[in-house]
Amino acid sequence: MVVLSVLPISLQQGLAYALVALGIALTFRVLAFPDLTVDGSFPLGGAVAARLIVQGVDPILSTLAALVAGFIAGCLTGILNTRLKINSLLAGILMMTILYSVNLRIMARANIQLLYRPTVFTSMENMDVVRFIPIIIFFFVITVFVKILVDLFLHTEYGMALRATGDNEDMIRSLGVNTDNATIFGLGLSNAMVALSGALVAQDQGFADVGMGIGMIVAGLASIIIGEAIIKPKTVFRLTLAAVAGSVMYRFIISLGLRLGLAPTDLKMATGFMVILALGVPAFKKTREGKDHLRGV
Amino acid sequence: MGEKMLVFEGITKIFNQGTQDEKRALNQIDFDINAGDYITIIGSNGAGKSTLLNVIAGTYPPEEGRLIIDQQDVTKMPDYKMAAYLSRVFQSPTMGTAGKMTIAENLSLAECRGKKRGLKWGVTRARKKRYGELLKVLELGLEDRLNQSVGLLSGGQRQSLTLLMATLSLPKLLLLDEHTAALDPRTAAKVSELTDRMVAENNLTTLMVTHNMKQAIRCGNRMIMLHEGKVQFDIKGKDKESLTVEEVVKRFGAKLKDESLLA
Ligand SMILES: Nc1ncnc2c1ncn2[C@@H]1O[C@H](COP(=O)(O)OP(=O)(O)OP(=O)(O)O)[C@@H](O)[C@H]1O
Ligand SMILES: [Mg+2]
Repeated sequence: MVVLSVLPISLQQGLAYALVALGIALTFRVLAFPDLTVDGSFPLGGAVAARLIVQGVDPILSTLAALVAGFIAGCLTGILNTRLKINSLLAGILMMTILYSVNLRIMARANIQLLYRPTVFTSMENMDVVRFIPIIIFFFVITVFVKILVDLFLHTEYGMALRATGDNEDMIRSLGVNTDNATIFGLGLSNAMVALSGALVAQDQGFADVGMGIGMIVAGLASIIIGEAIIKPKTVFRLTLAAVAGSVMYRFIISLGLRLGLAPTDLKMATGFMVILALGVPAFKKTREGKDHLRGV
Repeated sequence: MGEKMLVFEGITKIFNQGTQDEKRALNQIDFDINAGDYITIIGSNGAGKSTLLNVIAGTYPPEEGRLIIDQQDVTKMPDYKMAAYLSRVFQSPTMGTAGKMTIAENLSLAECRGKKRGLKWGVTRARKKRYGELLKVLELGLEDRLNQSVGLLSGGQRQSLTLLMATLSLPKLLLLDEHTAALDPRTAAKVSELTDRMVAENNLTTLMVTHNMKQAIRCGNRMIMLHEGKVQFDIKGKDKESLTVEEVVKRFGAKLKDESLLA
C-alpha cells in the first residue's frame, strides 16, 4: 500500500531529476571529469526561467534561455580547467560558488514565486485529470527525448571523440582531436541538461530558490550508482538508461523512506551514506571491477 | 630518390631549462628523410630516441631549430594538429587504443585522424564491412569481434589493432616507439612482420625506435644511432644491407652499453 502510494510522486520527481543524472553521467562517466558545477547550474536554470517568466517572457522561451545559461556555465568550468589549468574538482567548486551569487543577482532575491504565473505546465493543469498524470507524461517524454539525443550524439564522429577523451586522452589527441575543446563542450552539454531540469522543476513546484541545488550532485551520483547496479553500463545506451532508471529508483527509495518516518532534514545525510556505501563496498572487497566502477568519481 | 619528407634543422630539445635538472635531450640535430624511407633508430636508454619522435609529433616543442614536413614548417604546431601528418604506435598496447570502446569504434576514431569530426554517424554499415575485411588480414579472428570492447583483447591483439589503426588513413609519416617491446617474443615477431608488410605495401615513410639490434639491422633501408642527443651513426643503402650485428658492436659497443641491444 505504502509502496503504491509513493509511486506517482517518485515517478514524477525521478523523471524530473533524470536530466541531472544524465548530465552527471556525461561528465563523470563519459568524460571522466568529476564536475561539481551541477549544484550551481541547477538553480541557475531555475533562476533564469523564473526571472524571465516573471518579466512576462514566454515560458518555453524562458526554459530555453535557462538551458543556454547552463551550457555557458559548464563551458566556463571547462575553460577554468583546460585553459587556466585549475584542478577539475576545484574548477567545479569555484563555478558553483560563483553561481550562487550570480543566481541571487538574476532573481534579485532568494526566491521567486511562480504560482499564478503561466508556465510550461499551465495548459496541463487546466486538464480534467489528476494533475500528476499529464505532468508525469510530460517529464517522461522530455527525458526519453533527451536520452535518445544523447545516445545518438555519442555515436557520431564528434560524440565518439568525446567518449575517447574520457577513455584515453593521449590517444585521441594523437588522432587530431583538441581534447580541451571537447572537454569544454561536453561540460557545456551536461550543464545545459542540468539547467533544463532546474527550469522545469522550478515551474513544476511553483518557485525557484537559490538553495534548490544543494546536494544535487550527491543525489545524481546516488541515482547513477543505483541505476548501474541494476543495468550494467556496458554501452552508451545502457549507461543513459541506467541514469534515468536510477533517478526514478532513487526518488522511490527516498519517498518510501520519508513515508516510513525518515526526517526530511536527514534526507541529504541518508543520500550521502547511500553513495558512501555504494562506493565503499567494492573498494572494501578490493575487486578490480570495483575500482573500475569508481572511474571519474 | 624522391623529395624530402622530413627535415630537421638544428633541432635542440632541453628539458627543465634553467634549473638544476636541465637536460639537453636533443642537441643540434640535422638530418633529412626522403619519402619512402624506412628508418630504424637505436641507442642506449636516455639517448633521446623517444624525445626525437615526440618533437616530430609536436608533443614537445623544440627550444631551437626548425622542423619541416613536406615543405611546411611545422615547428610550432600543437600535437593534435600534427595528427594530419602522422600516426604513432607506442610501446604500451593500452596507449594506442580506447579500451572502453569497441574495435569498430576505435577503427572509426582512427579513420578520422586529422580530419574534421562532425555529426555524421561514426560506425556506419559500410565502414564496418570494410573494417571486417581489413581485420581478416591480421588473422586474429578480430573480424568477428567488431562490437567488443578493445579492453578485452590481449596485448598482442591490441597492438596489431593499433598498427592497423595507424595505417587506416595513410599518414605521411609513421612513428613507432619500441612498439613490440612489451610483447612476448612470438607475438613481437608477428607484429614486427605485420609492420614490415604494412610499410612495404603502402610505401610508408617510417621511423622505428627499437632496442632489438637484429630487428634494427634487418628492417628498413636506413639506420640511425642516437647517443646523448646526437646522431652518432647514420647508415643507408648498400652499407645498411651488408651491415652485421658484429660490425655495429665492434664500432659502437662501448657507447651502446645496453645489454638488451646486444642480446
Ligand atoms: N618529460 C621529460 N622531462 C624531463 N626530462 C625528460 C623528459 N622526457 C625525457 N627526458 C630526459 O631526456 C633524456 C632522453 O629521454 P628519452 O625518453 O628520449 O630516451 P630514450 O632514448 O627514448 O630512452 P629509452 O630507451 O629508455 O626509451 C633522458 O635523460 C630523459 O630523462
Ligand atoms: Mg624511449
